[in-house]
Amino acid sequence: MHSKINIILAGVGGQGILTIAAILDTAALDNNLHIKQSEVHGMSQRGGAVQSHVRISDQPIYSDLIPQGKADMIISVEPMELLRYLPFLKKDGYLITDSNPFENISNYPELNAVYDEIKSHKNHILIDAMKIAKDLGNSKATNIVLLGAASSLIPLSDESFQKAIATLFERKGERIVAKNLEAYLKGKEIAAEIVS
Amino acid sequence: MKKLLLGNEALAQGAIDAGLSGVYAYPGTPSTEITEYIQKSKIAQELNIHSSWSVNEKTAMEAALGMSYAGKKSMVVMKHVGLNVAADVFMNMSVSGINGGLVVVVADDPSMHSSQNEQDSRYYGKFAMIPMLEPSNQQECYNITKYAFELSEKLGIPVLIRLVTRLSHSRAGVVTGEMIAQNTIHLPKISTQFQLIPMHARVRYKHLVDIQPDMLEISENSEYNTFYEGTNKTIGIIASGIAYNYLMENFEEGNCPYPVLKISQYPLPKEPIKHLFDTCEKILVLEDGYPFIEEAISDFLGENRKVIGRLSGNIPRVGELNPDNIANALGFDIVINDKLPKVVMGRPPQLCVGCGHNDLFNAINAIKKETENQQVFGDIGCSALGVLSPYESINTLIEMGSSITMAKGASDAGIHPAIAVIGDSTFTHSGMTGLLDAIIEKTPITVIISDNSAIAMTGAQDSAASGRLISICKGLGIEDDHLKIITPLHKNLQENIDIIREEINYKGVSVVISQRPCVQLPKEKKDKLKEYTNVSIN
Repeated sequence: MHSKINIILAGVGGQGILTIAAILDTAALDNNLHIKQSEVHGMSQRGGAVQSHVRISDQPIYSDLIPQGKADMIISVEPMELLRYLPFLKKDGYLITDSNPFENISNYPELNAVYDEIKSHKNHILIDAMKIAKDLGNSKATNIVLLGAASSLIPLSDESFQKAIATLFERKGERIVAKNLEAYLKGKEIAAEIVS
Repeated sequence: MKKLLLGNEALAQGAIDAGLSGVYAYPGTPSTEITEYIQKSKIAQELNIHSSWSVNEKTAMEAALGMSYAGKKSMVVMKHVGLNVAADVFMNMSVSGINGGLVVVVADDPSMHSSQNEQDSRYYGKFAMIPMLEPSNQQECYNITKYAFELSEKLGIPVLIRLVTRLSHSRAGVVTGEMIAQNTIHLPKISTQFQLIPMHARVRYKHLVDIQPDMLEISENSEYNTFYEGTNKTIGIIASGIAYNYLMENFEEGNCPYPVLKISQYPLPKEPIKHLFDTCEKILVLEDGYPFIEEAISDFLGENRKVIGRLSGNIPRVGELNPDNIANALGFDIVINDKLPKVVMGRPPQLCVGCGHNDLFNAINAIKKETENQQVFGDIGCSALGVLSPYESINTLIEMGSSITMAKGASDAGIHPAIAVIGDSTFTHSGMTGLLDAIIEKTPITVIISDNSAIAMTGAQDSAASGRLISICKGLGIEDDHLKIITPLHKNLQENIDIIREEINYKGVSVVISQRPCVQLPKEKKDKLKEYTNVSIN
């Protein structure tokens, strides 16, 4: 286990990256770890590029922002958005992303070129998380599938993640909690196949 | 127990625990969550703490002053440019002083994430000659807010807390303390204190000047200004607010070899700065925003480059600080990499799918094709996105309310058609008075109020305009025949174009209310809005 981890979450305003952040925060707080998590509010939330820096450590954390080249991983809900934060990625850091583009701009690049760029990095998990979520009957859980896919690379226990997911979705009822746990586990399972 | 809070939320909890009786605010990124936290707080509701939105920052600050006059503790919250709107009362209440503790919270937006400038509120604090506090982390947001109320009551003047976006919108664990009781009503002891006619104002101003040394002494002894005597005297570092974190990030476990003066309280403490001058070869100033400290302690002619920072070019003059540009200034061997793969395109913000502004801009653009000189004066809020592709409908965007008055001035100069597009909440914030100017002179302008019944950009808060636009416009003097309501939907496009064209051709002031609720509003709110949306003009 590492003593600290820096994660960048990426996506487009409205895609639910703050839910991923909230689960990470809850799990880390539950383990009595230090957390700093910066997020984007305001104008960019209206369909623009958004990111969140999540830092978890057993030591006090100073900066709210991750320095360049210090992110252990980037988790993205959108493939092109993943690449926007590459300067922050550590050498051999992990890229984890959904493969479905969010095309709300007219000059969206050729998708295969985006995939090629992602695949040029040794450590990447490129999955159709949206389809996985849909197949599980919960298309809103794309972000949770991605979190599941990243989970084994994050120094927090499986139990902590599941507990945090249960806590966060508690208000929405047992069924939603179960659906999200399912999405998390499926993401974890698929990533295990890719990483091994 | 630790709670995970945004800097904004920690500040809000600090205010509640300081015995706050009322918060007054107009939403504005990055400050909005402070007031929202108090609005949602169960304990704040039980304690009957006032937290409804105000119409603008000036009305908010005046109400906060009124509550302070009555002896209770109040807070007023805004984004940096909001302080421009409230500047009149801000400058004068430092002269009158306060009765119950009054804290002004201003969230600056270096790098302009959601703003039109990166003005630094510390200049305002200095201008008003009041103490300022600048927390560096979430825990300090909480602690400093409690302290700010104490300080305000001790000195009898308002205290300014300055935040920046990255602290406002970052979470960390915060330990909260005990709650202090609210004040009871008690009127000012000196009856002339709040009567700023010249003879009394001179007395009050003299008093403000006289207590400046007290403020300095308090600042020099403040636990929020800390000095660490490092071993390597080649550089002495002054780091204010959040800059301190970025500095420490660059050293393993925060072990910085240089002397560091962390500043979170102003006026600037003289003693430790003098000590740095005496003992260090150079002084590096790290501050988010303008070079406020650097300017204050640098030599005017710039001949002696002992002080370095943004002015000297060691830190970029514009944009926010981060661990990397500070590493660079420290001379660390890092390359700031701003190169992205070619496939990464910009993704600017845009209107939501199904937004009513979209259909309005389509109508405006259709009219643009018919006229040669059409100029559209835009305003702050979601409708500002009409500047961008695919609309490019709006020619100007300056500040709250300027659409109507700029259209008026351009019309006075001979521009026709001169169209103003303003959101409903921006209209009640700062547009109404400008409309009256145009009505008085019967200036040929067309004002389109794009009414989505929400303060949409900041998160669809309640708009003061909801249900009141028709009566406001009529009350100001808009003629019934030139007050039109349209529904911006694709199926109404031709009809809407015809109505707007007709009003453009009228040689006086017309108002067209383009009315459709914000898609971000919950269904219950939209249903409630139906009660008034179908009201006829007559």
